[in-house]
Amino acid sequence: MAWFKRSKENISTEKPKQDLPDGMWVKCDSCNELMHKKQWETNKFVCLKCSNHFRIGSNEYFKILLDEGSFKEMDRRIRSIDILNFTDSKSYAKRIDDAINKTKLYDAIRTGTGKIKGIDIAIGCMDFAFIGGSMGSVVGEKVARIIDKSIRTRFPLIIISQSGGARMQEAAVSLMQLAKTSSRLAKLAEEKIPYISILTNPTTGGASASYSMLGDINIAEPNALIGFAGPRVIRQATGKDLPVGFQRSEFILEHGFLDLIVDRRDMREKLSQLLNLFAN
Amino acid sequence: MPLTTLDFEKPIVELEQKMEEMRKMADGLDLSSEINKLETKIIELRKSIFKNLTPWQIVQLARHPERPYTLDYIYLMTENFIELHGDRNFRDDKAMVGGFATLGDKTVMLIGQQKGRDTKSNLYRNFGMSNPEGYRKALRLMKLAEKFEKPVITLIDTPGAFPGIEAEERGQAEAIARNLLEMSRLQVPLIVAIIGEGASGGALGIGIGDKVLMLEYCWYSVISPESCSSILWRSWDYKEQAAEASKLTAKDLLKLGIIDRIIPEPLGGAHRNHKEAADILKQALLEELETISKIKKNRLLDYRIKKFNVMGYFK
Ligand SMILES: [Zn+2]
Repeated sequence: MAWFKRSKENISTEKPKQDLPDGMWVKCDSCNELMHKKQWETNKFVCLKCSNHFRIGSNEYFKILLDEGSFKEMDRRIRSIDILNFTDSKSYAKRIDDAINKTKLYDAIRTGTGKIKGIDIAIGCMDFAFIGGSMGSVVGEKVARIIDKSIRTRFPLIIISQSGGARMQEAAVSLMQLAKTSSRLAKLAEEKIPYISILTNPTTGGASASYSMLGDINIAEPNALIGFAGPRVIRQATGKDLPVGFQRSEFILEHGFLDLIVDRRDMREKLSQLLNLFAN
Repeated sequence: MPLTTLDFEKPIVELEQKMEEMRKMADGLDLSSEINKLETKIIELRKSIFKNLTPWQIVQLARHPERPYTLDYIYLMTENFIELHGDRNFRDDKAMVGGFATLGDKTVMLIGQQKGRDTKSNLYRNFGMSNPEGYRKALRLMKLAEKFEKPVITLIDTPGAFPGIEAEERGQAEAIARNLLEMSRLQVPLIVAIIGEGASGGALGIGIGDKVLMLEYCWYSVISPESCSSILWRSWDYKEQAAEASKLTAKDLLKLGIIDRIIPEPLGGAHRNHKEAADILKQALLEELETISKIKKNRLLDYRIKKFNVMGYFK
């Protein structure tokens, strides 16, 4: 399938050593294990040795979680406009173009419908590869629309988050996306349609302070960084050393903000189980 | 005369000092025409300086240490204020205050971030940076108002939600997210006024409303100009450019459809005349409450959700 070919550009992997056949090996950035790419893909992009969950994009998540061929994408081509004429080291307009060219994505989330073991769902999945998974107008609009789709069809909603926070180049407009998405979720809640939020590495800032933390069920992948402020900001503001495991999934679960931590290799099974519990 | 003078206020303050001296010197002599001339000159100068403020100067005014804060506005605008404490869960957050009061002739719930004026009170108020229990206290008070069908007014003035270890442990993100969802469906009129700094999710955490008002010399954005400079320009030196680029002033935000109304401040800024600033805000709040109270309850929530749902620019 064409969309699977694109996966390379979406995955952050370290370059394999020069003496290895190009592109066939990946190295775990946590334990340095070298794995053959095929093995690693079959293992859902999880390290065979230490279970480190590599960061993957929406293509891979849709493939891992959904019934084969069931994904129907919505609103694929919506893209940001540089309403503020924002320029730092380069203009935001240029930054968007560059990101689109580099990632072959139009923004930091893709949405659509699909099936998990035969159960219809509405689904959104963020892409960290697109400007750090930052949340601006497009993410806000697509999240709002997928919530509406879920309300119209009564399909349960699943959103997979990976985001460094709100998109600074959209300033207050991006801040308003927190309001926009959360208020749509209030509508969804009134309709009593289940919403499962899956938090992956990292989910911080704007996304975490809106839809990512508002699941009826909040699930995280192991060892994902989850929080409001980033660790660097906290260290700077408090001058304190951060405790071991701070803001990681296990820590967030212990403090009461996650229902479950689920290994990526079990995620599809667990989601199907949950969806059946809601449905029956 | 203000104790803190911003750079661009200096020419005004110098003239004011000159006028003071002249008054003292007069001592029987009739200098009234000179004094009057000077007074007119001061007003003209102030008008011309304040007409052309840069976004960064507005940020500085929003942070002016003598600006009226939430409790100042509450005491100046209302009667019978009874401050209510605690989130009924963890503790009372001093950076977030709230309670019932009489505004005009009606009971309202007022909630807002509270800064301190000196080191001691700033430590007590955590510089107006709430922990999760602050947002949960705010939500508890909103729910209390909803139960007894009282309108809610929130006053925003914060440099951000507190970025601390304990804040993260107690779920800062969840607390803010929860407020956004619950405020969207709160069954009473809800008015927001930005009275100082509106920094990021920490501001928005009490920022969902049927109407969002903003005082003239405030800023509201996703990040402070300093942090924006440090992240996007990789240096702290570009705060003025960051302020400019972020379109964070009331004028810009009105154009962008993010706020509904600009509340004018007394000439020279709210810090020059607390009473006048509070009177202007009070008048605006009463007008907005009047308008909103005419909307049927079941339609109000649709309006509120729609209001935020149209925000965003894309193609
Ligand atoms: Zn490994």
